[in-house]
Amino acid sequence: MPASYDAIVIGGGHNGLVCAAYLARAGKRVVVLERRDEVGGAAVSEEVFPGFTFSTYSYVVSLLRPEIIRDLDLPRHGLHILPLESTLTPLANGDYLAQWSDHDQNHRELARHSARDAEALEEFGRLMHQMARAVKPLLGMVPPDPASLAPRDLLGLMRVARHVRGLGPGAFHALCKLMTMSAADYLDEWFETDALKATKSASGIIGTLLGPRSPGTAYVLLHHYMGEIDGVFRAWGFAKGGNGSVSAAIAGAARALGAEIRTGAPVARVLVGNGRATGVALESGEEIAAQCVVSGVDPRRTFIELVGAEHLPSEFVEAIRRFKFRGSSGKVNLALGALPDFTCLPGAGPHLRGAISISPSVDYLERAYDEAKYGECSRRPYLDIVIPSMIDPAMAPPGRHVMSIFVQYAPYAVNGGWTEARRAAFGDAVIDTLAEYAPNIRSAILHRQVITPADIERTLGLSEGNIFQGELTLQQMFFLRPAPAWAKYQTPIHALWQCGAGTHPGGGVMGASGRNAALTMLGSAR
Amino acid sequence: MLKTTPFHERTARVCVSHAWRRWAGHIVASSYELSHEREYHAIRSAAALFDISPLYKYLVRGRDAARLLDGIATRNVAGARVGDVLYTPWCDAAGKVLDDGTVARLAEDTFRLTAADPNLRWLQDNATGLEVTIEDVSESTAALALQGPASRQILQQLTDTDLTSLKYFRITAARLREFSVTISRTGYTGDLGYEIWLEREHAIPVWDALIEAGTPYGITPAGMLALDIARIEAGLMLIDVDYVPARKALIPAQTSSPFELDIGWTVSLEKEHFVGKPALAEEARRGPAWRFTGLEIEWDALERLYDEVGLAPRLPAAAWRTSVPVYAGGEQVGYATSGGWSPLLKKYLALAHLRSRSAAPGTRLEMEVTIEHRRKRAGARVAKKPFFNPERKRA
Repeated sequence: MPASYDAIVIGGGHNGLVCAAYLARAGKRVVVLERRDEVGGAAVSEEVFPGFTFSTYSYVVSLLRPEIIRDLDLPRHGLHILPLESTLTPLANGDYLAQWSDHDQNHRELARHSARDAEALEEFGRLMHQMARAVKPLLGMVPPDPASLAPRDLLGLMRVARHVRGLGPGAFHALCKLMTMSAADYLDEWFETDALKATKSASGIIGTLLGPRSPGTAYVLLHHYMGEIDGVFRAWGFAKGGNGSVSAAIAGAARALGAEIRTGAPVARVLVGNGRATGVALESGEEIAAQCVVSGVDPRRTFIELVGAEHLPSEFVEAIRRFKFRGSSGKVNLALGALPDFTCLPGAGPHLRGAISISPSVDYLERAYDEAKYGECSRRPYLDIVIPSMIDPAMAPPGRHVMSIFVQYAPYAVNGGWTEARRAAFGDAVIDTLAEYAPNIRSAILHRQVITPADIERTLGLSEGNIFQGELTLQQMFFLRPAPAWAKYQTPIHALWQCGAGTHPGGGVMGASGRNAALTMLGSAR
Repeated sequence: MLKTTPFHERTARVCVSHAWRRWAGHIVASSYELSHEREYHAIRSAAALFDISPLYKYLVRGRDAARLLDGIATRNVAGARVGDVLYTPWCDAAGKVLDDGTVARLAEDTFRLTAADPNLRWLQDNATGLEVTIEDVSESTAALALQGPASRQILQQLTDTDLTSLKYFRITAARLREFSVTISRTGYTGDLGYEIWLEREHAIPVWDALIEAGTPYGITPAGMLALDIARIEAGLMLIDVDYVPARKALIPAQTSSPFELDIGWTVSLEKEHFVGKPALAEEARRGPAWRFTGLEIEWDALERLYDEVGLAPRLPAAAWRTSVPVYAGGEQVGYATSGGWSPLLKKYLALAHLRSRSAAPGTRLEMEVTIEHRRKRAGARVAKKPFFNPERKRA
């Protein structure tokens, strides 16, 4: 069978598309094979109810690497990121804590809760900026393996060491703390306002089955701090048209560069001969040959399902089996006839154009985690809410709205498994929680879509419904992602590569894995 | 939303320019009139009234109040007499300036600290184990600056306290009409002038009293644009403009020590301890790498450059606040951070950070100027600050 392609990319998620675009840009003949009828993976926009468009799964942008936006000229392919400027945290006592993008406004609001915290926030922001600067170069680099003596690894380690040394002692010590502490403990060193600590620590637990008091979550906080738009750290945005337009822009760039994209083309297995990947077989029976195969799907599906353990060294198979997924979050998408009316800040206003975080206290989040730890959904979960139609009115019919609610915790391994009744109860808990702060929500709901980790796994193929293709915890990051000694996008199978979020640097609509993989394959990674 | 000051009801009424700007989360007038020119001249020829309420103010009280402030400020606060006001910076452990302001000893164990940035956390963190209370009175204390040669005459009409006996950088409690205030002989203009500190609820009647008593003397509400020119003439640096406070610096190179800012005279190395002392003692021994100096741009050089393109010299209408390279020969030896035309001295002035070796008064340098979209270098000379220092300031 003659190879008609230089590379086959399995999975048309954003990383697969980024990888394909970079390979095509280098003149390679590339085909992307996507199981679903649309590309994007978890970054899709879908008209779930007539007239109401949702970023069904992933719903904000911030981590998308600026160099990808530049290299692929994504704005020319339709990417338009609108600012998401505030975060509102309603409190149990009827008050609220708002975080605004304007410095003075933000200072004044936080000083209402604690003058000390308002002052500390500046220094904290400066330190996190330094930390983000410290870690950011690691995102664009093939992670060096400290256990290896290969010149390439040593060189990489030297670069990291030099970089870390350049931080100065203060920043270096802070980095050590970030690497070892819990988000809550780390924030306790800085702030006294509970709701502030809770809302900030929430970004340390997203996508993990850990609580704000679990060690290691401080680092994840930083991971989210690295969001960067127009060079400004910690800037979150919303893609016009929903997150599907991020995928559409990358797909557009890939096509323009000559990549072929086939949807409705589920891959059944990777063809392996003599320890080398030679192509793929589709579920339809069609076989496609290529010089190499790149998998954008997660490590478990790639190696256990598509390749098969029989082709792999047993210790590698064990490492992949040990790679933790533990999906812990779900989504509730609402079509609304009216805006939610928050008791703490009644009426429409700028606070509805930003995020609304149901994270009134660290205890609240930790309690939500307690239930998940024992296989139950949180009765009062953490919610991260946005109303995309407030930012891009085209998402809903005029005067109506769409609301996206990210919910944690909804453990994949829920007691008794995910049933219809379980899903309904999960959706009800979310609405009950929201109604405590915005009582009109029940009457405003026209339609509701409830997505559980089991749905995410079934629909998108993400194992255990983990949104990051594997938990973003320190024991499976950098040179350990997805497995020790196999963190450089290559695999034990010759000509088989990986480019998904299950590789360094991990999840979020970042695209770094796809880019790093492509550059590694092309031999030009730093 | 931004805050308004306690005088807003009055300042908004006279602000016909609608030119407002931000100061510490408040809105204050850039200029009240359409141009700031007359407001500037009032500072030097009559009296200008500034609303300086956005300053951060802290009341520090208790047995250890002097100890706390002495341990933070570079000046000798413990040695201050009741009624003294000290201008002082305070530093981090590396001896880099965090902020600068004044410490007024209102009573044996009562001080008021004024600051440009919030400092509550810094004060609290340094007060561990001390018997002291720290109260943020930024909101409850309103403040006005009355500056200019007529300021004493105006103020004297409203109080029985003898102002001729209130010496430069002294403070006194006084009654202004029926209101209890404190009056300090301080300011940010380098001129004769006073600052009046009062309870927020008395703001409007005190403003009205000053306007009423001052009108025959030409009192003029003045905004930040006029103040900016006056403080450059007086050689007074401005936080966030002329220096980056160490707390906001992203890299060490952005920070400055008191010596580098040319306020080494405020550093009391005889004190047993204060934050940053070891680093500052070391720097005093070694000599600072930078100096913050005055710069006079030579008129002839400027005129020649304009003449080359067929124009008469154009002068900045307002003070500028950008970083402008300064050269010695072909090499950049520093940067100016504030500058402008002095309508009084008829000189183009700037404040600049210079490498110490190029900072001796009289040193001939060049400053970048943009003339008809092209970058040129105009001759400039290092000058002693203050550029303007009238006898009446201290008399």
